[in-house]
Formats: sequence, structure tokens, C-alpha cells
Amino acid sequence: MKVLVPVKRAVDYNVKIRVKSDNSGVELNNVKMSMNPFDEIAIEEAVKLKEAGKITEIIAVTIGPDKAQETLRTAMAVGADRGILVETDAPTDIGGVEPLAVAKTLKAIVEKESPDFIIMGKQSIDDDSNQTGQMLSALLGWSQGTFASELDLGDGVATVTREIDGGLETIEIKLPAVITTDLRLNEPRYASLPNIMKAKKKPLDVMKPEDLEIDFTPRLSVVSVKEPEERKGGGKVADIDELIEKLKNEAKVI
Amino acid sequence: MSVLVLAEHDHKSIKPVTLNVIAAARKIDSDVHLLVAGNDCGGVIEEAGKIHGIAKVLTCDAPEYQKRLAENMAPLIVALADGYSHILAPASTFGKNVMPRAAALLDIQQISDIIAVEDADTFTRPVYAGNAIATVKSSDTKKIITVRGTAFDPVNAEGGAATVESIEAKGDSGLSKFVKQELSESDRPELTAAKIVVSGGRGVGSEDNFVLIEALADKLGAAIGASRAAVDAGYVPNDYQVGQTGKVVAPDLYIAVGISGAIQHLAGMKGAKTIVAINKDEEAPIFNVADYGLVADLFEAVPELTEKL
Repeated sequence: MKVLVPVKRAVDYNVKIRVKSDNSGVELNNVKMSMNPFDEIAIEEAVKLKEAGKITEIIAVTIGPDKAQETLRTAMAVGADRGILVETDAPTDIGGVEPLAVAKTLKAIVEKESPDFIIMGKQSIDDDSNQTGQMLSALLGWSQGTFASELDLGDGVATVTREIDGGLETIEIKLPAVITTDLRLNEPRYASLPNIMKAKKKPLDVMKPEDLEIDFTPRLSVVSVKEPEERKGGGKVADIDELIEKLKNEAKVI
Repeated sequence: MSVLVLAEHDHKSIKPVTLNVIAAARKIDSDVHLLVAGNDCGGVIEEAGKIHGIAKVLTCDAPEYQKRLAENMAPLIVALADGYSHILAPASTFGKNVMPRAAALLDIQQISDIIAVEDADTFTRPVYAGNAIATVKSSDTKKIITVRGTAFDPVNAEGGAATVESIEAKGDSGLSKFVKQELSESDRPELTAAKIVVSGGRGVGSEDNFVLIEALADKLGAAIGASRAAVDAGYVPNDYQVGQTGKVVAPDLYIAVGISGAIQHLAGMKGAKTIVAINKDEEAPIFNVADYGLVADLFEAVPELTEKL
């Protein structure tokens, strides 16, 4: 079986981002970029399935600037067999190419590569949309197993435990399917130095949106981007008695 | 044109977040319809008809909607889309699972997790875990939207008199099958709707120690939350997680116990009216957002607080 793992280059999760002073977007100059953390979980799951002998090939795919090749190399250092970059110079500060266009692009890649299923992050931590996996599944007419915390790959079906608001839900979905990862699916490994070196020699194809006949024109235009309202925190109390007094008489919340 | 809201329910009652989504819908247009899809959910339909501000309740009662699987729900939304300019659902795990699937089938770029309606085409939403607030204008002729419930005051659950119309079911996709649910049983209020939330972090130290958090929460009639670290460490189930990828809460009072305050956690709770932080590390970032910070050992402070309240 062959699995496709879409990955995204996003602002590193430890970075405290800054809004541009003209409110047009988010400052990405000199900001550390990494693979979106949910995508690291997706790659890890694919690699574990390959190690368990359940799949034979892992293809990592990304849509983004030339520099997103680094993200593909990271995926290959962890265990992806090859990479595909759909290169675009679309601005990336508010999430980059929109989820619907990403889903259409991935569908075109699926039609070329015929994977048996797809594992991808449930959301990227830049625009926090949480849409692409569900959209891709819809466009392909496949089943979907979103927010997965457990995945059991069977014969023609997958059993997926999903993190839902009230607890956990288990569903059985027909393959082919799109599975999106939640935080507790696994703990991604670090790439070893020899594997990082080896990844540099793995095949990496670069395509253009035109090659796939996909229209990247955004449907949403950004009117403004602002800083959130600052909280005036930093107040301290000396002890429990003072805390209770303040909550009762100042904040009036108890 | 009218606005359609997808009701979230558990076959017994309407989930409160639906009332917040209806409030958001009414900021777009006053003609709001509510879709109740389920199986044998007459009680929910009756409740839906009483909600203030709903003109019409559409019901689709069929076995394929029992578990509200996205593969079955999406075609139902698509079939109704012609009559509506906007279709809204809560940005809950239910709405997040179903709505993008419907949006893609309709060739619409969804707008996720809105916190304000500027006009019929323009909406405001948090990005980067709430560290930036983006206002976006959609050029799609129809909008598919998920709504952050805590950003809108709920409409009244009573006082309405909607007409009820039954609509045709769309059949089972055959793509997916429900196996089981393991839901956390609790008499405490629901986390996203609670007036008071008491949350524990890694500092609590163990699953057993969480009884301290529970005792305080029960004294206050509060819901219990947790940081990602506490969930990952197995102290509490996943559905307690407050943060960027967990639940977003905006209670009157949020008490953070043994939580350092990573930006991903702050994203889920900094909308609270009053924040209390109890942590022994006075450098913890949680104190920067707390109205009342208490630098103390939680194992002494929390029992004392519980006792003195």
C-alpha cells in the first residue's frame, strides 16, 4: 500500500508572531519556520505503518514556496521515500494557499499517484482553519477519519478513534480514506544525522499549479490583521484571604 | 436570503452552543432557519421550535443521521444550500468535521471559527492561536461558516414559535460506520458553557492529585479544564484540554492551577473575564495574563481556597 502525506511549512510553534504595523498581515521575515506539528505526527504515523510492514511507500507532498523543499527534506529524513513540491509564490503569512485550493491540488496529485490512503495534520497552526483533510475527502468521494488519536489499518478498512468534544469516538471507515491527525496519535521522532544526509539524495519533484491546472486565486481577501486586545494581567495577591476578598468584592465573580 | 444553522444535539437536547451560533446568524439576517438532523429526535425538534429568533425548523429524521457521520451529513447540507445565502455551524468537533466536507462539495472556501460578523461578506477570526485577529471578506456567492460560540451571546432558548418542515433524507453513503463512543460522564457544567472553570496543569503532578482540582471545582459549581501537558501526561481525558487545538472557553472566572501558560493554552482561555493563576514559579507566563496571581504551592493553596470559599 502507498500513502500520501501532505505537509506544510509553517511558523514554528514556539514563535510569538508579530502583526505588521500596517495591519496587512503577519511579519514572517527572519522568523523560524518548521514543519506544522500535526504534519510531523502524520509523517510519524506513516513511518510506523511502514515499519510494521503495512505500507510500502510514503510520498510527502507540499504546496508552498521554493523553501518548502526543506520541509519535504525533513519528512524524508524521518522516513518519507520521496517528495513533491507544488511551487507557488503566494503569500504565506495568513496560512498561504487556501484550504479548498490545497484540497484541489492534492486531489490532482492523488489522481497521478493513486495512493491507498492519505494521512495529514488536522490543522496548520498558522491560519488554524482545520478544513483541508475534510475537503480533500469530499472532492475524492472518500471516507474521512478526522482528529485521530488511534489508527488501526485493516483489510480494506481502517478503524479510527477520534478525539471529540465529549470524549472519544471510534468509527470504521472504508479505504481509500483521508485520516487527519490529532495530538495524541503518536510522538514524532527526531531525524538522525545519517538519515538527514540520506534524505538529501531522495527524489524530489517540483511542479507548478499550472501543471495541475489548479486555480490558486483566493476566495477570501484579507481586510486587516490586528493584534488581539491585550489583557492587563500581572496583578498579584499575597494569600488566599486576599484572593477571596478580591474575587468577591472587586471582580464580583463569586 | 435566509441563513441556515446546523443544530448540534445529542438526540436528547439541543447543545447550548447552537444558541450562540443562532445569535451569530441573526447578525447576518433576521430570517434564520435551523436544521435538526438525527434519528428519532422528536424532543430535540420540539425544543428547537421554541428557540427565540428561529423562523423555521427543518427536520430530517432518518437512521443515517443517528451518528451524524460527515459522509452522510454533508450531502444533506448540500441539498439544502440553494435556499440559503449563509450556512453556519458551531466550531465544535462536530461542526469542524462536517462543514468543510459540505463546503468542498459546494466549491466554497469555508470561513472557520468566526468571532465577529462585520457584514454579510466580511467576518473576523483568530489566526496563529489567537495571536492575530484577521478580518476576511469572502467573494464566494454563498458562505459556509463555523462559529466560535463563546464570542456571541446566546439567544433565548424560549419565546420562539417556528414552523416545522420535514425534509427528505439523502441515504447512507456506506463509506463509514459508527463503532462506539466513550464519553466522559460528569454532573459538572459543560466546559465551553461554564461560568467558572478550574483548570489543572502539569504542576498538579498526577491523576490522583486532580482530586484537589475537582474539590475546588465542585465547591464553585465549576467545570474542569486542563492544559495539554496534563492531558498528555494522562492526568485527565483529552476532552478537558483548553487551548489552540482543544476547547476555547470564555467563563466569568478561570482559575489556572499549576499551569505555566504556553501560548497554545492562553489561546484557549484569555477571553475569560477574570483570570486567577496559582503557581509556585513566579516567572510563569500565566501571571502575565492573570488578574490575580498567587505565587504559592498549589498543594497548600488549593485546599485552603476550597475550604475558605
